[in-house]
Amino acid sequence: MRKTYDGKIEAVRGLNLEIQAGECFGLLGPNGAGKTTTIEILEGLLQPSSGQVTILGHTWGTHTRELREWLGISLQETRLSEKLSVRETIELFASFYRQPRSSAEVMEELQLTEKADAWVGKLSGGQRQRLAVATALVGNPKILFLDEPTTGLDPQSRRQLWEIVRAFLRGGGTVLLTTHYMDEAERLCDRLAVIDHGQVIAEGTPSDLIERLGGHHVVEFAVSGGPDTDFNYWKALPGVDSIRHEDGIISLSVREPHNTIPALLDMVRMQNLQLLHLTTRQASLEDVFVHLTGRHLREG
Amino acid sequence: MAIAERTPVAQMNRLSPPPRLNGRWSGFAQLLLARMKELVREPELIFWIFGFPLLLALGLGIAFRNKPAEVTSIAIVSNPGAQEIANMIQQSPQGSSIRAQVLDRAQALQAFHFGKYDLVVEPDGRGGVRYIYDPSRSETVLSRAEVDDALQSGAGRKNPVPVSSFVSTEPGSRYIDFLIPGLLGMTLMNSGMWGVGFALVDMRQRKLLKRFVATPMRKSDFLLALAGSRLALMLIEIGLLLGLGMLAFHVRVLGSLWNILVLGTLGSVAFGGLRLLAACRARKIETVSGIINLAMMPMWIFSGVFFSYEHFPARTLPYIKALPLTALNDALRATILQGASLSSQAGRILVLALWGGISFVLALRWFRWT
Repeated sequence: MRKTYDGKIEAVRGLNLEIQAGECFGLLGPNGAGKTTTIEILEGLLQPSSGQVTILGHTWGTHTRELREWLGISLQETRLSEKLSVRETIELFASFYRQPRSSAEVMEELQLTEKADAWVGKLSGGQRQRLAVATALVGNPKILFLDEPTTGLDPQSRRQLWEIVRAFLRGGGTVLLTTHYMDEAERLCDRLAVIDHGQVIAEGTPSDLIERLGGHHVVEFAVSGGPDTDFNYWKALPGVDSIRHEDGIISLSVREPHNTIPALLDMVRMQNLQLLHLTTRQASLEDVFVHLTGRHLREG
Repeated sequence: MAIAERTPVAQMNRLSPPPRLNGRWSGFAQLLLARMKELVREPELIFWIFGFPLLLALGLGIAFRNKPAEVTSIAIVSNPGAQEIANMIQQSPQGSSIRAQVLDRAQALQAFHFGKYDLVVEPDGRGGVRYIYDPSRSETVLSRAEVDDALQSGAGRKNPVPVSSFVSTEPGSRYIDFLIPGLLGMTLMNSGMWGVGFALVDMRQRKLLKRFVATPMRKSDFLLALAGSRLALMLIEIGLLLGLGMLAFHVRVLGSLWNILVLGTLGSVAFGGLRLLAACRARKIETVSGIINLAMMPMWIFSGVFFSYEHFPARTLPYIKALPLTALNDALRATILQGASLSSQAGRILVLALWGGISFVLALRWFRWT
């Protein structure tokens, strides 16, 4: 699948994805990577310049109406009418579907019951985002498309939204979401595609991707003193798969930190260096992304 | 790309109450309801749609209401014989409607130029007078005739033809009678263009239109609901303005209410199409407000809202009559003031229908949902 704008800018090139029913699939990538273009093509809101989209065995153009009934969509940024109440907004969206769910039930599920009669203009960011998801869920969709559902939300609101997505998955639904948050992708998604410059640069389960990085653990440390802190010393430590140097901090991807760390400390002593900093942590998708592109996710 | 090719093993089994089924028109009904609620909750909009035209009608109606009897103010230059002339005018049959003041020449001329006096009478000292008037000011021409009449009959002229006059200020021919239908037409144009044009662009900006087309909503339902909300407002607007005219200014409505509503609906459809066209692609409020102003300005001036378009050069009249607001105003005037039938307004109705139809089709073709 491809999408070009004005025949010049290629937002998405040669993208090919298979998303299984009942899974949560994440599109992960920095801003401008082509996530929104991709999801909007899948949603039938944009025409691909070439390529084809099949959803539940149907294609846009031939079965538009059926597909619209099956999809629940939350766009990256929709400002719903401010002068309508939460209940009225959900009722409005429910009325478009042949067989919607009850508004009261959806409000209960998304913890909006308390705010049922409040105007949309008076809601907090988290409440608005939950309402946006509510308008997607009220149509009783088989597939939920969420474009950056938690961008700009506080941690508690993010967790609430994750719970909502998990509940939808438990009910047998399929979810496709885009995010530039690593932790979100790791916690929520069964499978992921990392997108950069409109192309899939890696695809798999979160743990797969981390596995491919070469190690589950990251040892980060900083030293001072030695004039010749050659990277090769560190690379040669037992169990080190790859090494990265950034802002004076050296990061090692390692398989077995309990072998690497004592050797690292010995090396520091032998070289007469001073250890300024040492931490170990689980490898994250952020590490995968940096490994794949040499850039951080948030740098875009 | 393929999404969810296989159906999931675990079918959705939510503990939902018996499923509710939506009928064909539930989307339309909810859209209309939501639109009306939004309107009611926007107090400024209510003022511009209802309050403003009412205030305008009230203000203009009071300013131009028929004054009891027109009094002509004239200045008499204080030459010798001025007082005699003043007395002669006072004693003539027209004396009660002429108020004369004696001033020196410079003062009299200055006040005349500022519009305080309608005429300057300059005695030549030998029993004759000179009238100073301005042919481009109709009231000075009238005063000249009136004062001349008064002077001549005061001096003893006998009229060879006996005449009598009858005063006619019946409702139906006054300025307010002319004004109310014109304001009605203008209100239908204004509120339609602004209210819905802005709403559409605003919804496009908020990506609400995009969100709507991402649902199974029928696009035609959405546009019909917008049109429906306009028609509901139109009923209220017609009711208020006609009510005000009838109660405050005793405007007599000769045509049937049904015919007026038919015309109002046609007008709303014509302006509905135009505003859809104006707002069909614009992404910014500024753009659409410019387009709307550009479209409405000529009609405010040429379409005979406040004064008759017959004042414009005859060559321009066919173009003026082809404007939708002209057609609507003319048809409303004929219906309200003269009780004209709809069939006698067929030409104007055709003009409205063409504007509405053509702009609607173009707007739908070019409409930008995302």
